[in-house]
Amino acid sequence: MSCCVGNLAETYAVSSLDMQRLEEIKVEGKRLSDGAMLYSMAVPAVHCGACVSLIERSLAAVPGVRSARVNLTLRNLMVTLAPGHSDPTSCVQKLRELGYSPVSLNEAVNTNDDGELQMLTRSLAVAGFAAANIMLLSISVWTGAEGATRDLFHYISALIAIPAVAYAGQPFFRSAYQALSHRRMNMDVPISLGVILATAMSLFESLNSGEHAYFDAAVSLLFFLLIGRTLDHMMRGRARQLVSGLARMSAKGGMVVGTDGALRYTPLEDIHPGVLLRVSAGERMPVDGVVEQGTSDIDRSLVTGESLPVSVRAGEGVEAGTMNLTGALDVRATRPAKESFLSDVLKMMAAAERGRGAYVRMADRMAAIYSPAVHVLAFASFLGWMLWTGGDWHQSLTVAVSVLIITCPCALGLAVPVAHVLSASRLFEAGILMKDGSALERMAEINHAAFDKTGTLTTGEANVTECAIPEGEMRRIAATLARRSRHPASLALARLLMKESDVALRSVQEVPGSGMEAIVDGRHARLGRSDWVAEITESGVPQEGLAFAIENERLFAIELTEQLRPGAKAALEGLAERGIPSEILSGDSAAPVSAVASSLGVVAFTAGLRPGEKHARLAELARNDCKVLMVGDGLNDAPSLAAAHVSMAPSSASDIGRNAADFIFTRENLTAINFAQGIALRTQRIVKENFGLAIAYNVFAVPLAVAGYLNPLIAAVAMSTSSIIVVGNSLRLMRQGRSGKTKIHRGRELIAVGKEPQTA
Amino acid sequence: MTNLLVLMPVALGLGLLGLAAFLWSLRTGQYDDLEGAAARVLEDDDGPTPRP
Repeated sequence: MSCCVGNLAETYAVSSLDMQRLEEIKVEGKRLSDGAMLYSMAVPAVHCGACVSLIERSLAAVPGVRSARVNLTLRNLMVTLAPGHSDPTSCVQKLRELGYSPVSLNEAVNTNDDGELQMLTRSLAVAGFAAANIMLLSISVWTGAEGATRDLFHYISALIAIPAVAYAGQPFFRSAYQALSHRRMNMDVPISLGVILATAMSLFESLNSGEHAYFDAAVSLLFFLLIGRTLDHMMRGRARQLVSGLARMSAKGGMVVGTDGALRYTPLEDIHPGVLLRVSAGERMPVDGVVEQGTSDIDRSLVTGESLPVSVRAGEGVEAGTMNLTGALDVRATRPAKESFLSDVLKMMAAAERGRGAYVRMADRMAAIYSPAVHVLAFASFLGWMLWTGGDWHQSLTVAVSVLIITCPCALGLAVPVAHVLSASRLFEAGILMKDGSALERMAEINHAAFDKTGTLTTGEANVTECAIPEGEMRRIAATLARRSRHPASLALARLLMKESDVALRSVQEVPGSGMEAIVDGRHARLGRSDWVAEITESGVPQEGLAFAIENERLFAIELTEQLRPGAKAALEGLAERGIPSEILSGDSAAPVSAVASSLGVVAFTAGLRPGEKHARLAELARNDCKVLMVGDGLNDAPSLAAAHVSMAPSSASDIGRNAADFIFTRENLTAINFAQGIALRTQRIVKENFGLAIAYNVFAVPLAVAGYLNPLIAAVAMSTSSIIVVGNSLRLMRQGRSGKTKIHRGRELIAVGKEPQTA
Repeated sequence: MTNLLVLMPVALGLGLLGLAAFLWSLRTGQYDDLEGAAARVLEDDDGPTPRP
């Protein structure tokens, strides 16, 4: 059988979080013209052809499903329900059983992106068609067509080229116009100018029975550049889509307790202050509020970076985004969603991003020098020829325009996107998503690294390092108790005592904020906070930390430490080898931070930081000319992620953290940082080489153009060759240090040719 | 010259046909999931093998 017949290991208990996800998917359903319903959802767990066929076949068997189609590239699924069936619950249920739990897509993002990509691809097709046909005609002209035949060929070329340039050139014209209206320069300015002038001059030449027309140069230039542009867009669109498909962390709504006591799912924007919410164990707080009823432990690690859960009871405040762990809470909303703690963080992030906005991509920095130089050169050759020929403006203008054509940055326009797209696919194979090409450039420049602790350097899970409970009955009781709770400490103990068998317990209960309690053979057994456990023991010495005891017996201490993320030490050492110092910025208290710091060999660390203070520390580093890589996951890291020179987040990060980060690594291992940085450095080298090649080509071709020896044949050959060389050079990125082969997952066993299938 | 009058429209027509075919394939979503298409080739969904 296949490697991935669903992720069945992930046994599924339907929690209210799942209920919410279902509601979100329902809300995004669209009614088609014939009354059928179309539901789109992200299925992040899909990763091979076998998953695709398993999902499609299983869903086709669900009553009411008309069609189900998985998109493996974007990891999403479209289900169409026949008219009369409008409830996707059974489909979602089926998907969960198979182990591919779906989450809702952010619909607004997708539709927007798709339009742009379609537009680019259509332009590419038109430019390709025009380039091929005009090239055909040009070759006839170059091989000696003369007189009326040449004129005819030029006319036909003009007929194809003018609409093609007007249509396919739009992406460049628009971007050039935008840059100019903001008084900036980008690569699209010389491109647009070159293409328009080449077409206009060629048209003039054709109408006057001239010898040289450059229609082929203008259109093939557009064609090559559009290839680069489309690739770049596809890369970014895909990364964004995959990021939005990662399981959503923060709640998009909550269960509101109505006046009649009934629970109703309510979207976030409709939760007003004063509304009573029921937040059950395993859910995140949708808004800031005050606990009205119930006690529980809440996990604030994504919000503040604290590693251990905090217990809350009636009257205490809870922040939006924190996870309720052990007991159900009735929470009275105090602030609407758009004023909650979450949105404070969002505002801070927006401010931080404005600070970073000054970064200019390398290609545009090049353009800022390159295009004025080119334009001055063209103008100078015009003046030179005017003087030399004594006022032959036709000849002078021809030379000036051919200088513009030959210097048009075809290779430059391809140099950056091709290298970035290839790097993005290398990173993708290693489980790293890159949102933007400029992130690679920034990554190559870093000289300092800052890490969050909880969830980044550590996995956010605790590990039992010392367990004094004696073997035998005692351990079995402790294991049974631990398995009944989802408190991180219980989970850790349950993992340690995995092999112990269950024992029969009576009246097991979870006391939120304290621990687990049960009755064994008429005696109480407790697992939880030391002082609470100590109440039932004889000695009754209250201590810090966790403990386990049976009534009137000794108390056994359990010691927990945070588990380091795999590869954390290797990642920091790798950075140090490249001369990049690391520091830890954590919101947790000093003791756990210094423990982690010393085990990783990091000297610089700061504990107890609030989101704004982390951001301030990064700003201070930036003032000292440090280009900082920030790695973090929590809400409290989001402003720093947005403010840092470049940032990375694990895929387990909060939504906001993930949106703020430039890179997202989807595998556990932290050495993804070193891999990404290595790729970034190599890409930077390749891009610089590409620029060098493009400039070398200009050094060769420009004197020809200035001297008036340029003809359309030379222009076409030189331009294509330089583009091919640049693409070839970029392809070296794919070759270096590559090990993996393409993996093919098979859904069913292959039957050998010539053999009968074995029947059971 | 008369040859050209026949050949040119033929060449352009074929080119346009290709362009139209591409735009059609783009609109019908054949480029939406390139990876999925590659994986689907390996699927053998032609039902159970008949017994001899």
